[in-house]
Amino acid sequence: MKYIEPHAHMVSRTTDDYERIALAGCVALCEPAFWAGYDRSSEQGFYDYFSLLTGFEPARAATFGIQHYSWMCINPKEAEDIKLAEAVIDLIPPFLDKPTVLGIGEIGLNKNSKNELIILEKHIQLAADHDQLILVHTPHLEDKLKGTRIIVDAIKNHPKIDPSRVIIDHVEEHTIATVLDAGMWAGMTLYPESKVTPNRAIDMIENYGDETIWMNSACDWGVSDPLAVPKTAQVMRQRGHDPARIHKVVFENPVTFMSQCPKFKVD
Amino acid sequence: MKSPPKNPVNLVDHGFMDARWKLLDIAAFLDRLERNNAEDDYRVRSLYAALEQLGKRGAQRTENALLVWSDTTTEPIPAAHTKGASGAWEAGDSAGEQAKGGSA
Repeated sequence: MKYIEPHAHMVSRTTDDYERIALAGCVALCEPAFWAGYDRSSEQGFYDYFSLLTGFEPARAATFGIQHYSWMCINPKEAEDIKLAEAVIDLIPPFLDKPTVLGIGEIGLNKNSKNELIILEKHIQLAADHDQLILVHTPHLEDKLKGTRIIVDAIKNHPKIDPSRVIIDHVEEHTIATVLDAGMWAGMTLYPESKVTPNRAIDMIENYGDETIWMNSACDWGVSDPLAVPKTAQVMRQRGHDPARIHKVVFENPVTFMSQCPKFKVD
Repeated sequence: MKSPPKNPVNLVDHGFMDARWKLLDIAAFLDRLERNNAEDDYRVRSLYAALEQLGKRGAQRTENALLVWSDTTTEPIPAAHTKGASGAWEAGDSAGEQAKGGSA
């Protein structure tokens, strides 16, 4: 089964994982910039990270026939230091010209603080200034409801952002309607412990439709499963969904959203 | 627009054993906390509050449980002093506040 992994942090994964997802049918993978598990001490650390995302990872993925794309930002977990965050944002524009960079992400909020919101708004402005797609991280657990509402409002309030060019990731049952009603895409993250399980993701597809929604593993350095998308496709089959819908959710929808960036091409 | 499966299966056959073991694991967890006098925690109180949602009809149990655990305020906090989340909103723990002598 051919599929796209629209959100994975391969910098934290082994080369064996690339082989496993290739064997499962992954043909393209997208890697948003994120928190690497520690705070970087200077903007130079981000420059090195962005260089890795646009150089080493595409080459490592290509070894297994996987196309690798990335998104640029300073993540909200490191946004409390406004001065550092602004210096990192200044580094981003030249990377937006790289052939595999699709847009700004994963921006958003973590603890819903004032400084996180300031940096989110600067990223939204950066996306508007450079006509970029936006990929949004929503907060974890008890902070998700509040954070999703603040993020959606911040994006809706920007006059130059087309909501259909924004995907809000990590939605759950209490936030998905807010996102879809705002005209944005919704991403469901399949995690073994937090976020959603395969059955809950399929429930949301059944309840909210399969039009502007995708699924991802968001595999990283934490408890996560690089094969979560094909495993969920298997549960869809077991629950009686036809192959055309499964193909739409795991392949066609990511292609539709990301093809809004002309650099995204998939065979 | 809803998108139900084209070829519906027996959902009880599909999910009963999975739900059964998960429920037993929750029951065992609560028994373990009780045996070890470890129940006085806002997260445990929130778990009992979420469990109350499971007995209600309306096909919104998942959403309602998530809402029990959610921060319901609307304004950004002054500053983030941690990166993590616990899974339950401690400031929404009215039972805990009352136990501590806080205002209702």
